[in-house]
Amino acid sequence: MTEPEEQAGTSAEAQREAAAGRRFERITPAGDRHRPAKQREAIFDIDGVSVSYSGAVAVRDISFEIGQHEITALIGPSGCGKSTLLRCLNRMNDLIPGAEVTGTLSYHGQDLYASKVDAVEVRKRIGMVFQKPNPFPKSIFDNIAFGPRVLGMKGDMDEIVERALRRGALWDEVKDRLKTNAFGMSGGQQQRLCIARALATDPDVILMDEPCSALDPISTGKIEDLMLELRENYSIVIVTHNMQQAARVSDRTAFFTVSLDEGTGHRTGRMVEFDETEKVFTNPSDERTEAYVTGKVG
Amino acid sequence: MHGKAVGRQDSRTRLRERGFRGMLLACLALSALMLGVLLVDVALDGSSSISTEFFTKYSSSFPANAGIRAALLGTIWLMGVVILFIVPVGVATALYLEEYADRSRWYNRAIEVNIQNLAAVPSIVYGILGLAFLVRGPLGMGNVLMAGGLALGLLVLPVVIIAGREAIRAVPPSIREGSMALGATQWQTIWRQVLPAAVPGIATGVILALSRAIGETAPLIVVGAATFVAFDPSLSSQFTALPIQIFYWVSQPQDDFKALAAGAIIVLMVLLLAMNAVAIYLRNRYEQKW
Repeated sequence: MTEPEEQAGTSAEAQREAAAGRRFERITPAGDRHRPAKQREAIFDIDGVSVSYSGAVAVRDISFEIGQHEITALIGPSGCGKSTLLRCLNRMNDLIPGAEVTGTLSYHGQDLYASKVDAVEVRKRIGMVFQKPNPFPKSIFDNIAFGPRVLGMKGDMDEIVERALRRGALWDEVKDRLKTNAFGMSGGQQQRLCIARALATDPDVILMDEPCSALDPISTGKIEDLMLELRENYSIVIVTHNMQQAARVSDRTAFFTVSLDEGTGHRTGRMVEFDETEKVFTNPSDERTEAYVTGKVG
Repeated sequence: MHGKAVGRQDSRTRLRERGFRGMLLACLALSALMLGVLLVDVALDGSSSISTEFFTKYSSSFPANAGIRAALLGTIWLMGVVILFIVPVGVATALYLEEYADRSRWYNRAIEVNIQNLAAVPSIVYGILGLAFLVRGPLGMGNVLMAGGLALGLLVLPVVIIAGREAIRAVPPSIREGSMALGATQWQTIWRQVLPAAVPGIATGVILALSRAIGETAPLIVVGAATFVAFDPSLSSQFTALPIQIFYWVSQPQDDFKALAAGAIIVLMVLLLAMNAVAIYLRNRYEQKW
């Protein structure tokens, strides 16, 4: 979190990955923890995390690890706390008055909620794409350039913008109208712009909160292809209501469920199962997962 | 399914509909007519006074030699003071209340309620406040233009704050989230995303506030605006303004002064309508559709 601003480019990326790996090895003892086979290095270690809003527990006692260069899907019925958990990963919950996070949430071994950690620094490393495309009311160029500008990134802004748009698989569609307002784009393009915007600041992780729920199937397909491409260089955590989407793109899936506390009337989410996506969908170990993924409930 | 044919409205309902619509139209026509008559009346009375000399001459006890130079300059200076006062203070207050204030704190709610109430306080009260605090009392400026401008500024400040808050609130939270998620600080988010998006709404509010301030007479009288000024005003000089000049001329017995007053009214109206036109243009042209 305290590293100097990195130069853009592939060598910087490789460097950062190496550094990230080192940090991880140094701090998290590997081996004795239960984790699924084939798991690569973990970037997030979520350990006993609960989140409450003004005292009402939204999600309770979540523990699992999110792997590097993997797509991790969080699925489950509405209100199960999957978005809430996602928003903890880059401390967006800080913006909600009354939100409180307990437990340990480590990113490369660093406690994200340690008192000396600045939420703004966290968000520089961990980008986010939202449910509804939220382009800024500015030109396409300025949408992309906003992040690098506020972060004070050095380098040719034209290059930075082009690289981000190329990574977002949007360059060819918009290269001739970079100065036009982003509101003139289609919904699918806007969402890819938001992804490209998040990529422009060279984050390590992209969090996606139901990124395709407002899009048609063709745009959804484009974004899914894009996610698979991005997995090479980034780690992705996606919340989705779309079971097929989770099955299509993710490497691992966490299934959440929600229960109603009769006494307080609060709904609290819990994680039921976390495993390789294939296993969650074909041979889940919990019957609640099976009922959900086969469409019997939810 | 056997559908029932869509019958025609029965004639009584239709008549009632028409009657109601006609009544509303009549009310509109009445107010428009009154405004029209007033405008035409003023135009007829005042058009003869409008000439180049009308703008270049100071007031005089001889109608033939009298002009609105001091009053017009005074009004322009006053509006300048009002703008410089209300824009930073009003926008900062609106930003604090919308972006920073924690509504669970009683004092923030108290400020909110008070600002709503201040917008409804009669203007003469602001005049008395200006007299007590600006002209005399703690600041002791004397009855100078600066004091008049600040009194008018205080009067319209709530209008700007309320309009500013509405403009800021109209910027969707998703924009703030998008900005913060990129690693922007709260201040960067406000300065680079929220404020630019809110500028058209704020500008509209400022202009509407000015068009209220430009016609105010009562607070200026209390603050001590002069009725007879034969020099170009400055911040620290005595001053007059168009509404004061009009008020003074109307109260004179000679008919010639009434024509001068009508001329000054035309100038004031043109200023006012022009400002409102700019406000409407800004709103239609730049207001962001989300």
